[in-house]
Amino acid sequence: MSTDTPNSVQETETGPPGARPTSVLQRDDELSEHHVYEPHRVGLPPIGTYVKRLWERREFAFELSRTKLRAQHFNTVFGQLWLIINPLLLALVYFVLVDILRDGSRGPQFLAHLTAGLFAYYFVSDSVRQASRSVVSAGRLILNTPFPRVLLPLSAVLTAFKRFLPTIAIYVPIHALSGLPVGWHLLWTLPLVALFALVAAGVGMLAAAAQVYFRDLASFLPYVLRVWLYISPVLYFAQEVPERYRAILALNPLGAPLTAWSQVLNSGHAPSADVLGLSLAWAVVLLVAGALFFVSREREFAVRL
Amino acid sequence: MPSASEGPSIAVDRLSVTYRTSIERSPTLSGTLLRLGRRQRTVRTTQALKDVSFEVPKGTVLGVIGANGAGKSTLMRTVAGILPPTEGRIEVRGRVSTLLALGVGFNRELSGRENVVLGGLAAGLSRRRLQDKYEEIVAFSELEEFMDMPMRTYSSGMYGRLAFSVAVNMEPDILIIDEALSVGDARFRRKSFEKMRELCGQDRTILLVSHALGSIRDLCDEAIWIHRGELRMADEPDAVIDAYTTFLDVGEDAVTLEDV
Ligand SMILES: Nc1ncnc2c1ncn2[C@@H]1O[C@H](COP(=O)(O)OP(=O)(O)OP(=O)(O)O)[C@@H](O)[C@H]1O
Ligand SMILES: [Mg+2]
Repeated sequence: MSTDTPNSVQETETGPPGARPTSVLQRDDELSEHHVYEPHRVGLPPIGTYVKRLWERREFAFELSRTKLRAQHFNTVFGQLWLIINPLLLALVYFVLVDILRDGSRGPQFLAHLTAGLFAYYFVSDSVRQASRSVVSAGRLILNTPFPRVLLPLSAVLTAFKRFLPTIAIYVPIHALSGLPVGWHLLWTLPLVALFALVAAGVGMLAAAAQVYFRDLASFLPYVLRVWLYISPVLYFAQEVPERYRAILALNPLGAPLTAWSQVLNSGHAPSADVLGLSLAWAVVLLVAGALFFVSREREFAVRL
Repeated sequence: MPSASEGPSIAVDRLSVTYRTSIERSPTLSGTLLRLGRRQRTVRTTQALKDVSFEVPKGTVLGVIGANGAGKSTLMRTVAGILPPTEGRIEVRGRVSTLLALGVGFNRELSGRENVVLGGLAAGLSRRRLQDKYEEIVAFSELEEFMDMPMRTYSSGMYGRLAFSVAVNMEPDILIIDEALSVGDARFRRKSFEKMRELCGQDRTILLVSHALGSIRDLCDEAIWIHRGELRMADEPDAVIDAYTTFLDVGEDAVTLEDV
């Protein structure tokens, strides 16, 4: 190994290349490219260049997400209806289940909590599920085109987000009919959705990269995701969790954000500072860990697929 | 800061590439754990390129020949920045487009149109530019009626035509074509050969990998011969092809048979 320094993909921008008489079209990038490829051990590529490329190719992530949705019939009436009916039915089933376990003591307020929590949870788990497949299923593209691979899991999060949006339409009437407070505090939902997206992206990148090395993770993932739902404050209120299980709530990256989510939507006040702090900490830790793991590994994907 | 117009388009310096392949058909966690328990080796290494050095001046059309498994495709992927070198260094000046370029056909469930658009965006084209290019690509491939069909319904010739059309219509600074000339029927082959001749006449660096030695002879300014991962020869196309055919002991007949 001649060098331990990370593979340097430098781009020196050095003015326009010689005019090309045959090219009728104006080139968008009048900058010429200069690349140097050198060996690397597992390590990070130059972050500045990487982020720049990522940004240049963001359209790819949008288009990939759009294509995926089209394949899932998102644009048809039935496709949309299914995206609404499916989570609604699940919410009702879980409601009846919990209500039976609680001897019929659960009111409409709890239904609102359950639906909101379930929809947020599905946003995250849908992201992770789609992201985990994103790299493995793009084999040919990865073998033939150099581009920041992280666009693949990020696009999956975007797809899941678009599938999450219609569920808001179900939640709004439930919220209103349960007589839950409406006010400026509801604006807190926006940063909280962003937090969910960060958690989803972090875990999604981890899952996508891990899947390259261990293909059978695909069969473990549904179990992991189901357990994740059960240890999250969705089927119960966070404050109902007994003292001895509190640690689980804190160690669950979705524990704090879902608690905050319910505080805003159900209790009708801004999330408490400690819950918000913990949510943010988890989101940042997962995002950084996921990005570092994925990006430091991604140049190896081409030889592993 | 070095200027892009200085120096060769591609400089490959003592390049070696080693693949590390898992011996399992597809790597699994349970398989890895089992084998770790039994203390078995889980990876096999293949040295696909050994100590290869060469330079390609700007505007040169370089033919790359060699037997199956010699390492030609590996070399192309390394130059395109897809595979990292295990040792050595590659310097590339200009934007590269690989054949099967743009990963066309990366998802066979998607339509031809979706594959072309996604591949183009992944390769860094802007939407506007892609729109212009799209028309040219479809016109060249003559696959208008099939663009909205899933690519799994394409015949392999149609598949190859679309891939070739994408590759040659991208106007990269450096074009890499890995065995694309022999796709399609006789008419499309003539057409793609004409297109290649046109591209080769322009001031563009091209790497052409082909087993059709006749086209290498006609199109290229220089040629290299890769044998089992090593650079066996780099010279005028005629000299390299003569040496190669002598080595293979097939004679000119076999060569002309597969000509475009
Ligand atoms: N993804 C991979 N993983 C492991 N080994 C590989 C991989 N791709 C190629 N190889 C090995 O690397 C060597 C060179 O392969 P390569 O595809 O570069 O050959 P080639 O010259 O393009 O052959 P052909 O003329 O058949 O296209 C071969 O021994 C092959 O087995
Ligand atoms: Mg090959």
